[in-house]
Amino acid sequence: MEIDLILKITGLGILVGIIHSLLNKFGKEEYAFIATIVGLIIAFSMVIGLISRLFDNLKVMFRL
Amino acid sequence: MEIIKIVSLGIVATVLIVLLKEIRPEFPMFISLLTGLGIFVMILGELSYVIETLSSLARRVNIEFAYFSTILKIIGMAYIVEFGAQISRDAGQESIAMKIELGGKVLIMVLAIPILLALMELILKILS
Repeated sequence: MEIDLILKITGLGILVGIIHSLLNKFGKEEYAFIATIVGLIIAFSMVIGLISRLFDNLKVMFRL
Repeated sequence: MEIIKIVSLGIVATVLIVLLKEIRPEFPMFISLLTGLGIFVMILGELSYVIETLSSLARRVNIEFAYFSTILKIIGMAYIVEFGAQISRDAGQESIAMKIELGGKVLIMVLAIPILLALMELILKILS
């Protein structure tokens, strides 16, 4: 159930890595850096929903 | 079987992390976080079952329910602190992990103080 999101993040990471090295080859280091940051933001937005759901479950279960 | 799913998820995630470590070092942290999350979601049902049985036992032995809910809170907080501290430790930030654990210890201490006071009063009552 969680495995598909893990694979998605891995694919995104590989994609960002390839884009980063390609852009470096073309001599545009700053764009490569921006591409990495965008990739990180996308990955983090995917993960943030699940983290908040986990903490809500914890709050309900342990009556925090 | 549940345990096989958990172990296989962990192994697959570890392989992906090793793969991704050279390409983009930022992403393994997301994968380890997601794996921890996925495993916790898998054991959610069994955990709530254990907690229900414990609380019904506590009610039958008619222990003061406030103490049992405090114990439950402390367990939950300890798990969250551990979750966060391990993630920052994986990322190599030992000092942040220590700070998270320090905050967790202080908050758990704050929760435990009422029980300590009740214990002290009980002892004093017995002695006097």
